[in-house]
Amino acid sequence: MDDQNKPGGARKPNVEAVSSRSKKQTAKLSRDVQAKLGQQLRAVYDDVVSQGVPDRFAELLSRLDDNKDKH
Amino acid sequence: MPPIDESVKQAVLNAVPSLRAFAISLCGNVDRADDLVQETLLRALANINSFQPGTNMSAWLFTILRNHFRSEYRKRRREVEDADGSYADTLKSHPEQHGRMEFTEFKTALNQLPADQREALILVGASGFSYEEAANICGCAVGTIKSRVNRARTRLAELMSIDGIDDFGPDHTTRAVLAGNDR
Repeated sequence: MDDQNKPGGARKPNVEAVSSRSKKQTAKLSRDVQAKLGQQLRAVYDDVVSQGVPDRFAELLSRLDDNKDKH
Repeated sequence: MPPIDESVKQAVLNAVPSLRAFAISLCGNVDRADDLVQETLLRALANINSFQPGTNMSAWLFTILRNHFRSEYRKRRREVEDADGSYADTLKSHPEQHGRMEFTEFKTALNQLPADQREALILVGASGFSYEEAANICGCAVGTIKSRVNRARTRLAELMSIDGIDDFGPDHTTRAVLAGNDR
């Protein structure tokens, strides 16, 4: 936040700027951007999570239980 | 195989949906991810005595899955990945509040991240693990996880042309124009 509004924003790119680019950008990711990225990441992830437990895994665990009962 | 306590079994089942989501991000393919999850469950249950009751079952399973992936799957990784990237074929629907284009764009960007950055970002940003838990799962320092997550976020913002991330560079104006519809 503090870094974002500092004067001289249109400074020319140079070798030094490019080499430290990633560090500068990390410092400048705003809360808004982070929130937006986080929301999208969770949407992608939760799309799989919301599919629940596929039958093959529930069956796998019941099969193991059956084996146990035979002992 | 030792007898499996019902509560342990339930804890394992509860972890399956997020294990799958993590596995898909590692494998880049749903079928292979499900095989990886299955092998993980078998290994976990065969070694259930090494699980410490009271600790995080989910973190324990994630660790086993990741280690198994690293030793067995990594070399074959993503060889049959579809063009849209790892999560594409799992998507039956997507939340309406996200534009389809933006959602697709995000997945593409996610798949372009280096594997270690994507992994750290998913563990912390989506699976809900703390930095410390993620560091334990990945067998690295907490600082390493933090740095990977930061770099992943920066790179994602860059790939998605989200404005407000930098004030330099020759393509700043172009990027701002491209990102103009985001808000």
